[in-house]
Amino acid sequence: MTIFIGAFIIGLILSFLTIGVFISFRVLNFTDITADGSFALGGALAASLLVMNINPALAVVFAFLGGGLAGSVTGLLHTHFRIPQLLSGILVMTGLYSINLRIMGKSNIPLFSEKTVISCADGWTTAFWGADKKIGIFGGQIAAADMTVLLFFLMMIVFFGGALYFFFKTDMGAAMRATGSNPQMITALGVNTKAMIILGIALSNGFIALSGALLAQYQGFADIQMGLGMFVLGIANLIIGETLVGKKRLGLILPGVVLGSILFRQLVAVALRLGMNPNDLKLITAIFVLGALILPLEIEKFRKRKRLGGNARRQ
Amino acid sequence: MLVVNNIFKTFNPGTPDEVRALQGVSFSLDEGGFLVVIGTNGSGKTSLLNAVAGSFFIDSGEILIDGVDVGPMAEHQRASLIGRVFQNPFLGTAADMTIEENLTLAAKRGKRRGLGLCLNAAAAAGIKERVKSLTMALEDRMTNIVGSLSGGQRQALTLLMATWSKPKLLLLDEHTAALDPKTAKKVVELTEDVIKKHRLTTLMVTHSMQQAVNLGDRIIMMHKGRIVYDFKGDEKRLLRAGDLLALFNEIRRKEQIDISAAEMLQRNYI
Repeated sequence: MTIFIGAFIIGLILSFLTIGVFISFRVLNFTDITADGSFALGGALAASLLVMNINPALAVVFAFLGGGLAGSVTGLLHTHFRIPQLLSGILVMTGLYSINLRIMGKSNIPLFSEKTVISCADGWTTAFWGADKKIGIFGGQIAAADMTVLLFFLMMIVFFGGALYFFFKTDMGAAMRATGSNPQMITALGVNTKAMIILGIALSNGFIALSGALLAQYQGFADIQMGLGMFVLGIANLIIGETLVGKKRLGLILPGVVLGSILFRQLVAVALRLGMNPNDLKLITAIFVLGALILPLEIEKFRKRKRLGGNARRQ
Repeated sequence: MLVVNNIFKTFNPGTPDEVRALQGVSFSLDEGGFLVVIGTNGSGKTSLLNAVAGSFFIDSGEILIDGVDVGPMAEHQRASLIGRVFQNPFLGTAADMTIEENLTLAAKRGKRRGLGLCLNAAAAAGIKERVKSLTMALEDRMTNIVGSLSGGQRQALTLLMATWSKPKLLLLDEHTAALDPKTAKKVVELTEDVIKKHRLTTLMVTHSMQQAVNLGDRIIMMHKGRIVYDFKGDEKRLLRAGDLLALFNEIRRKEQIDISAAEMLQRNYI
């Protein structure tokens, strides 16, 4: 039971990553792999600040702002200097590796005795339920502390997801969505698409860094490698979410993205339990995304050919 | 209202792909005027429209809209003055957003976009009323995404969006060229209605000689980046499609272009 609660919590944390990837990849139509760097940046910033005894909430805010800054650099490289999207992301991601090392001063910062959002949640648990309380759910016993952490992250994702939904329904947010959908049209309607792209990529990477900051606190350390493969993971979560709820309605996609992140994490937990080598995880994630990207096209092609006559042979 | 003074534009200067799109174009258009621009492919008519809209910066000359020199202004900065309908029906609307949302985007053309909600019940009702005036049965599909509509429906919406708040200048870029004849006729009717109703100053580029003689109060014909004919007043009213075609033929003779190109002209311009 505990392992699934753990996977559930990590899924919630990674929902912020998926929301970030959703903003860049889907809303703005921008393939932004700054994600790998800004995720680690979030973890690095949070851990370094927590070691300095900064309030955990403040550390998370700084991580968000740091991610936003990194994202705005990527956006600026693409819009004003006409560097292709992928290359802009790679340049910033590569630069961030050194910056993250500078911030941390070493490649790994453990968080044991520091005050983190997790230790705060532990404090609240003791205050409400007393120490070492167990709660029965679905026939299993889980620690009240885990439950508090889970509820805390759930409230956080509801708050941030709600705020983002509201933003996309404002004049500025609608202009941002239109920038991704049809830049020529929204330019003709008076929107500076360059500014919108920079703002959107900043927002995206803010969410991604936030996710990194929370994960570092939950797993108890920040590591220079923690961002590796995060963009692809975000896409995998996003694809699962979209499969669950469809792509059309914004009000469904945001909860869907959270569900997708949790579901993927649960699948990983099950696979690991069944003896999958954790080292294979990234390969499997990459193959999953590849399959999700090409399968619909291949199936469509196959159907079309069948419609044109099942026996007709290609020349 | 619109003053275009001796504008020049060369694309890819100094390369084998050099195109002298505009070579000293000048004209002025009074308030409420409706100018139709015709010309062969590559004559510079679309470049003229794009220069006014700000899709690129001109090399020299000046463009004034309502006394404002828009030369140094970027495309999105000119949007407060200009409403625009594109040739491609898919360019004028955001496919992933609903009909309502597209129109709220248009309602804010050239205005500051802040963090207020873009849509409320009152605004939605107002939008629905105006969409109803298109008589295309779109008013019951306000929350459908625009991507599910036909090209003609999208072009009608784009027209409504471009004229939502009265623009100083309306630009129409062969906006019926990609539509089937029946839909094109409908969109032309809507265009005439909205121009008359709001007394809009209009610059229209068209491929269709018939459209050129039926619409507008002035025609300019462009060739090789210059204005070669300018008809206004009674002269424009007496003009027939056949007359324009004769002029094209005359240009063709002067240019001595081959017969296949002439056939292409016959096909495309009558």
